[in-house]
Amino acid sequence: MTARLDRVPPTPPEETRRRPADPPHRRQAWRSRLYRWDVKGSPYLYILPFFGLFAVFGLFPLVYTAVISTTSWSPRKPGSEDVSVGLDNYTKLLSDDSFHNALINTFGIGIISTVPQLLLALGIAHLLNYKLRGRLFLRMGVLVPYITSVAAVALIFNQIFARDFGLLNWFLQPFMDNPLDWRAEKWASWLAVSAMVTWHWTGYNTLIYLAAMQTIPYELYESASIDGANKWQQFWHITIPSLRPTIIFTVIVSTIGALQLFAEPFLFDTTRNNNGGSERQFQTVVLYLYQQFWTNGRYGYAAAIAWTLFLITVVIALVNFLLVRRIRSADD
Amino acid sequence: MRKSGIVASLVGTALVLTACGGGSDSADPNGEVTLTINVFGDSFSLPDNRSLYDEYEKAHSGVKIVENRSDFGTHHQNLQARLTAGSGTADLEVIEVGQVSGYIGQPDKFVNFKEKDVDTGQWTESTVQRASTPDGGTLIGLPTDIGGLAMCYRTDLFAQAGLPTNRDEVSALWSTWDEYVALGDQFVAKAPGVKWFDAGGHLFTGVLGAEKETYYNAEGDLVVETNKAVKNAWDLTVRAIEDGQSAALPEFSPEWNTGFQQGQFATITCPAWMMGYIQGNAADTKGKWDIAKIPGGSGNWGGSYVTVPSQGKNQDAAVELAKWLTAPEQNIKLFKSIGNFPSQKSTWEQPEVADFASEFFSGAPAGKIFPESLENAPVQVYGPQSGVIGGTFSGALNSVEQGTDPDEAWESAMNDIKAAAGDG
Repeated sequence: MTARLDRVPPTPPEETRRRPADPPHRRQAWRSRLYRWDVKGSPYLYILPFFGLFAVFGLFPLVYTAVISTTSWSPRKPGSEDVSVGLDNYTKLLSDDSFHNALINTFGIGIISTVPQLLLALGIAHLLNYKLRGRLFLRMGVLVPYITSVAAVALIFNQIFARDFGLLNWFLQPFMDNPLDWRAEKWASWLAVSAMVTWHWTGYNTLIYLAAMQTIPYELYESASIDGANKWQQFWHITIPSLRPTIIFTVIVSTIGALQLFAEPFLFDTTRNNNGGSERQFQTVVLYLYQQFWTNGRYGYAAAIAWTLFLITVVIALVNFLLVRRIRSADD
Repeated sequence: MRKSGIVASLVGTALVLTACGGGSDSADPNGEVTLTINVFGDSFSLPDNRSLYDEYEKAHSGVKIVENRSDFGTHHQNLQARLTAGSGTADLEVIEVGQVSGYIGQPDKFVNFKEKDVDTGQWTESTVQRASTPDGGTLIGLPTDIGGLAMCYRTDLFAQAGLPTNRDEVSALWSTWDEYVALGDQFVAKAPGVKWFDAGGHLFTGVLGAEKETYYNAEGDLVVETNKAVKNAWDLTVRAIEDGQSAALPEFSPEWNTGFQQGQFATITCPAWMMGYIQGNAADTKGKWDIAKIPGGSGNWGGSYVTVPSQGKNQDAAVELAKWLTAPEQNIKLFKSIGNFPSQKSTWEQPEVADFASEFFSGAPAGKIFPESLENAPVQVYGPQSGVIGGTFSGALNSVEQGTDPDEAWESAMNDIKAAAGDG
């Protein structure tokens, strides 16, 4: 503390400060000022494009959506754009059974798609970490589902899960009296949508895990095997603990992705009513938002859904963050 | 007259293209114009037949027509999205009759055909009124076709089930919808594996095709919950579903399309435009279909309007094309090639229409069947959310097909409708 105080330069005498600086002096002052601006200002200048774009494409829509959510705007009702309804849309939303249903669907599908997805990714990454023939080819191979467009994936999965001429029902034929209508039952439709999500994202998470695994020092495994640990014990006691930060990262990213699930259930409902099944069996929150906005033309209500989902996501991200902190502190 | 119009339109287009704005008339009359048209289903062409566009291009050098086709729901959603956004629509956009009232509230987003020298007298007053603002000052679209109702059926499947195949005999068997469902019971008993009709939602809409007021009354109030006609149609459909008559293939879904090809159902409520749909989807079933009268004798389902969004760059050329596409001569050609029935009553008497028999449908005299059906068909009342309500009913009936209790399905449909078409 005191040492720091000592380093403060002594203030120049009053006289010298008041006296106008001569030209070279002034130039030097100008230069140093420029230099200071450069040091202090440049970083802000460098990040300005991001924040500029964020303001236009992130902040403005966010605020505008909030404004819309307090109106009863519908393009099918002339003049409804300017009618303010306060927080009516939000109170309506709280008692909206379809919204509750969409929330349950979102969390349900989220759990049964994220958990197997991450477990699978962990297992596959572990296998790919061995010295295998054609390792590069295999590692690239797991990424193929990820780089395939969701629409193409949905096209195939719609064939697999079709009621009448579907591949899966063809396999199940010997065990069932009637073909299973995958879109009719809640659990069946959840499984089908989750299968699509898992198929799409497993490879991506595999690659992240694999990259993290390769940073684990080989000596750890070596000494473990000298101590007599088998492969399974090595995986459980060395690989998993070392991957903890990566696992936390993938859990958070997958959770947020699951909350915003849209494309798969959207494409799985082939009627294009955006109802997510005849009785909203697999309608997620974003699909419900989409239906209210596009199909039903309720702009105000849809905006309220969007904002509510945003708040839910923030809360869950916070919970995630707190959990992560606890895991870290348990580590110390 | 037409020629001068075209020249004017080309000049107008060139003006926009060269972006010189103010009334300069030095524009290049040979400027190339590409007109885009967004459609759902077979409005003016079949997937392998765009002869109508080719004809227009040949007669109007410098005009190129590009059609973009998407499914019914997506098409109307995209249109609304692009209208709200203020950019992205095609030069011409087709709107279905049940949807059009949702767009009338936005008249400034469309070219007003009242100012475009259109003879609205060629259509019935009610047809024009549907696409006009309440004061009648703005007409946002020109009527294309009209969907007179009939019943298409598979003669081969009828023969297998021991039913008569002759269209007059068949028509006599279902003079009412109750008889139709009763015949369905008879059919399913004798033809295991094949269903009587495609989807509950489709039957439901067909039954309502004979009603003037369905979801809205003439005053524009939502009356769906109290309207006896709606509940009767619902009950009839539910009865047929519970008797195992429905193939439960949601309308306009890929499964539905497959159903045509695989012969999963024996009858389908057939608005005139359905003829094109079947031909496009199941070309291999040619000669296996025939057309009988609709139970009850009359009805209408659908029809479309061609609009020109006012955000378009080639408005004048687009208006010219819209007028041409909806002119009687073109409507007659479309009827013969696709099945879309002309909305101009004046054409119905012409031998080209009246004597037309469809080869695909075993020589059924389509030119006689559809005018007869339309003769007593009511002028249906639509409201801004008619399309949404129809979709809700289709979904609800599909849930009954999947095993939901019909009363529960009705209840939840009513809740959905109130939420969508209520105050906000």
